[in-house]
Amino acid sequence: MTAELPPGLALQKVDERIMTLNVGPQHPGSGHMRIVVQIDGDYIVACDPDPGYVHRGEEKMAEYRNYITNIPHLERPVIHDSCNVLYPYVLGAEEILGIEVPERAKYVRVIASELNRCIYTQYWLAIYGIFLGHSTMFMWPAGDRELLIDLMEKMSGARVTHAHFVPGGVRNDLPANFEDACLRQVNYFEKRIKEYAAVFYDNPILISRTKDTGVLSKQDAIRLGTTGSVLRASGVDYDLRIKEPYDVYEELDVHTNVMKEGDSYARSKVPWLDMMESCNIIRQALQKMPKSGSVRTKLKPNPKTKGPETVYKRVESGRGSLGCYIVSDGKTEPYRVKMSVGSFRNLIALPYLLKGEKLGNMPSVYWSLNYWPVEADR
Amino acid sequence: MSEETEKPTPETTEKSVAKQEEVIELPALEKGLSEKLTSKFGEKTSIAFVKENRVRVDVKKEDVHDVAEFIRDEMNFDHVESVTGVDFPDDKEIEVVYHIGSYTDNSLANQVLTLATRAPREDIPIPGKDGTRLPTLRDIFYSVEFHEREVFEMLGVYFDGHPDNRRLLLPEDWADLPPLRKDFAIKGR
Repeated sequence: MTAELPPGLALQKVDERIMTLNVGPQHPGSGHMRIVVQIDGDYIVACDPDPGYVHRGEEKMAEYRNYITNIPHLERPVIHDSCNVLYPYVLGAEEILGIEVPERAKYVRVIASELNRCIYTQYWLAIYGIFLGHSTMFMWPAGDRELLIDLMEKMSGARVTHAHFVPGGVRNDLPANFEDACLRQVNYFEKRIKEYAAVFYDNPILISRTKDTGVLSKQDAIRLGTTGSVLRASGVDYDLRIKEPYDVYEELDVHTNVMKEGDSYARSKVPWLDMMESCNIIRQALQKMPKSGSVRTKLKPNPKTKGPETVYKRVESGRGSLGCYIVSDGKTEPYRVKMSVGSFRNLIALPYLLKGEKLGNMPSVYWSLNYWPVEADR
Repeated sequence: MSEETEKPTPETTEKSVAKQEEVIELPALEKGLSEKLTSKFGEKTSIAFVKENRVRVDVKKEDVHDVAEFIRDEMNFDHVESVTGVDFPDDKEIEVVYHIGSYTDNSLANQVLTLATRAPREDIPIPGKDGTRLPTLRDIFYSVEFHEREVFEMLGVYFDGHPDNRRLLLPEDWADLPPLRKDFAIKGR
């Protein structure tokens, strides 16, 4: 064995007291990632997250396809939130290709993106429930999510991977009577998620497991550059739908939900409150949406760009700010596409939060970061 | 915005030139940000563009640390959203772009300051003896830690002073070119 190891490998000292534990990548409590934790008895002394098991090379693939053919694969990192994942890319491509979007399409996008935010959050909440051994909280969100998936199926034709947003608008117009069905289902959905309080959020067992665990202070949340619900649970009032409104969010009345505690409980509650806000936004958008009109600016199959340009667009996704940096060199394919995703940005808080925590609290802290392994890897 | 279907007569082209100048004068806050940087660093920085909510500054790699420190301490930007490496094999350079935002200053909430720098690119990177080097900004913005690790593995840019220069997403035994370099080709494409 040579003394010099290749980069990325390190020899570890063996300590009698400290035990190194690999959680994942096949462990149900880690998702598709590995968390290397060092424990002293029951307490975590160090944590090293090791993502990359579901790396798909989306950014490399995007360099080989033109602005339109990139759409179906760029939504793959978070299929439950596919509209929001695609949103910044589509906004950036519109600026590069110089396309205007019809007013009705902007409203359809807002409705689709808010529906997707709820669909994603329900899936995340279901997994959070089962992580904590709460089977009802797995069944309820997974079932109620179907209401909104049916709506997305009516809207786009696909249940999960919609590929509905295209530069210039959305792929199809809304079907007949969509507004009524949407209003009815969203109202019922809101009534349902309010019932989660009694079974989950006011449940003393959940409170005892998540209160005061993994506390992220406001200063550290800012310093670590966290985003989305993690940031808002630590008392920073920052939501891109308000701070940098895109499409028609400026004309809608959007409120943020902020909690000051910064513990796992607050981080698990903020997305739930956000879902109710999404229902409000959908109702407003349905009311204000123009009743007829075009939803898509026609594009050529291989659209020309205006010339070399760089764009950085960002939207508020289910996991926080999602930025897309596109470098165009004037060709029909982008020169470089970079997705700065919320999961990857929140991952940096994990080693920080787990240090000094009990091993049994790891799932509640880890999943409260609103982390989606596939999105972080891209 | 006027429709751009008008025929290009000499008059309209003059008008469009005048309009472009107006557009440049619009974002006052962004202009203030760029002027603050140029008044402090002068020749060392070059403002690439000033758009609505976006300012881009290009600096040499020797100055990137000082400029970033000034951006944090004097301009109230507090976190890095994204670090992107872009390979330019024709220029024999790799560009690293930091998108910097602010949570604490409400007037800057919609602003993204883009700080770009370039490192010389060696053609055949040798792991462990990287020639493409940049100073790390991790001591200024803590939030770049994982982003710089990603740029290190994906483009082979070694960040001097980074406490944890290990691979993040790629497997430990990856023995090919950094995959986001342009000369790493996808099979069949």
